[in-house]
Amino acid sequence: MKHETSAERRQINYLDAIVQAQTEELERDSRVIMMGEDIAIYGSGDLIERFGPTRIWAMPISEASFTGVGIGAAIAGLRPIVDLNIASFMYLASDQIINQAAKLRFMTAGKVSVPIVFRVCMYYGASIAAQHSDRPYPLFMNVPGLKVISPSSPADAKGLLKAAVREDDPVVFFEDSKLWNVKEEVPTDPDFLVPIGKADIKRVGSDVTLVAISGAMRPTLEAADALAAQRISAEVIDPRTLKPLDMRTIVRSVEKTGRLIIIENAHRILGAGAEIAAFMAEEAFESLRKPIIRLTSPDVHVPFSPVLEEALYPRKEQIVAAAKRLLT
Amino acid sequence: MENSMPVAQEQQREIYRRMVRIRRFEEEGTRLYMAGEIPGAYHASIGQEATIVGACMALRDTDAMTGTHRSHGHPIGKGADLKALMAELMGKSTGICRGRGGSMHLADASVGIIGESAIVGGGIPLATGVGLSSKVLGTQLVCLCFFGDGAVNQGTFHESLNMASLWKLPVIYLCENNGYAITTSVAMSHGQPNIALRAQSYGMPGIVVDGQDAGAVLDVTAAAVARARGGKGPTLIEAQTYRFDEHQVGLVVPGTPYRTLEEVAKYKAHRDPIVLFRRVLLSNGIAANELEAIESEVATAVAEAIQFARDSPLPDVAGLYDNLYSRPLETASP
Repeated sequence: MKHETSAERRQINYLDAIVQAQTEELERDSRVIMMGEDIAIYGSGDLIERFGPTRIWAMPISEASFTGVGIGAAIAGLRPIVDLNIASFMYLASDQIINQAAKLRFMTAGKVSVPIVFRVCMYYGASIAAQHSDRPYPLFMNVPGLKVISPSSPADAKGLLKAAVREDDPVVFFEDSKLWNVKEEVPTDPDFLVPIGKADIKRVGSDVTLVAISGAMRPTLEAADALAAQRISAEVIDPRTLKPLDMRTIVRSVEKTGRLIIIENAHRILGAGAEIAAFMAEEAFESLRKPIIRLTSPDVHVPFSPVLEEALYPRKEQIVAAAKRLLT
Repeated sequence: MENSMPVAQEQQREIYRRMVRIRRFEEEGTRLYMAGEIPGAYHASIGQEATIVGACMALRDTDAMTGTHRSHGHPIGKGADLKALMAELMGKSTGICRGRGGSMHLADASVGIIGESAIVGGGIPLATGVGLSSKVLGTQLVCLCFFGDGAVNQGTFHESLNMASLWKLPVIYLCENNGYAITTSVAMSHGQPNIALRAQSYGMPGIVVDGQDAGAVLDVTAAAVARARGGKGPTLIEAQTYRFDEHQVGLVVPGTPYRTLEEVAKYKAHRDPIVLFRRVLLSNGIAANELEAIESEVATAVAEAIQFARDSPLPDVAGLYDNLYSRPLETASP
């Protein structure tokens, strides 16, 4: 896998990066197909015109089964990207994702291979209430056989989604709608890939380690800027892949800083932060100079009213305050 | 029949051979299970052999298939070797899934099985996806999807048949209607008990066939396969069959019997698919000693499979993580 290839880069946003990744992979490999509700019309640019209906499959509202159809197609030689649209629709499809996609290679001793990507959007913070607003990646981190990715930057979104399509295992790609309009320079090389299972240090620092997941990266980077203005040097790490989780990079950082804050927008109970904190307690205890802090959503559903929902997710001010608490 | 007589006779002998292979395999498997040589749960296909073999014989070797929790018979019906199947039942390293799948998951890829789903109805979308792949890749491959009467009430049945009809996918949905989902009868669980009639809702043919008549099952499945391969889309076949044993070997169902002893005895005495087919073969002029030779050849093959399984090593715990992913994960700990 190539980390960086030709130098050419273009400024695009997170959502465009995802569409670009899909288009390039459809272009590269005729076994790649896309399946999802309304994808012939919405959200995928001109894919139907470019690739036609045998590559771009508009699905009836049958999440449980079209996910399984994708899995069957993957077993039989295709490499589908199943777009489940809003993340909470995954619950309908979870039997097929967990009982079939995640287990078949193991249960058949490798005779069956399921090269498939489930693309799901965590579309929260938009006043669409609890049934459309979940961040369910911790549930799927608990399933052996799956890989789970959750990029926070446009380049990572592009490189990881492309890597996922080329992967021979089922990958759940959690995109975060809070990041859709984030822009950065993204490599144009059609073979630009970001390796699955490698964390990225988004900002080097020495006083405190901030591990931020997906949409929580935005306030975390703002907090790191604010802390820098107060002469506090924060190291910011994006795991990028939640399963397998690159704990080594986090341990190394904690060995340097002795302080750890984990920031995520999922629920507190058994979130990614809980797993990271437990691992650090086991493997990096001697390096920790202060207790670990988790900043998460509380264990409550997303309310409809914007004023209630806003209060749920960790904000820059809370991250700054937590870091200062660890440094006093 | 359009076939010339020798060809038809050869096919009939093969149907008989495979049905007897399933019966002997299951009888011996039941015995081994009761003796503690096979762990877990054991769901035998005894009584349903004609449906399984009749349908499988309509396929090409390269065609795909999915099974259920009651699927020892399906790979055998498609022509699988018995050794790796018996070794899998015993949880041995030489098993078809190296001891990772067991009784409910004898997924023999060498005969086109892409998975046997012990989640009722779970294999129906997978089979539909194989059909979609066949269409996209132009492979001319057909998928035969087995499921029971209970699975018809799962959402995956309805959603999948709708999609297969919409896109004219080459899938044969074959319902082995043995009358009971464990103890729940079709009458107790289906608002409309005619399973084949459900096909009308999805715009595909729905055919009822006597599942104890291997020849009849072969004929209707062959027609459905031809239709599927010709691009005309899926068919739902309801094969009316009967499970001779309890849902699970050794299961004692408490309370009032959900099916009467008379009903079970009647099927065993008058509707045994192997007895019925043997009669057909004899009346077609196949000699009794030929059939006896098949029976004895099968008994030897099953005995050899048992010996192979017994002699095989158990899996090594060191390989526990094998095939969890396409390649081993790098260890996450520093």
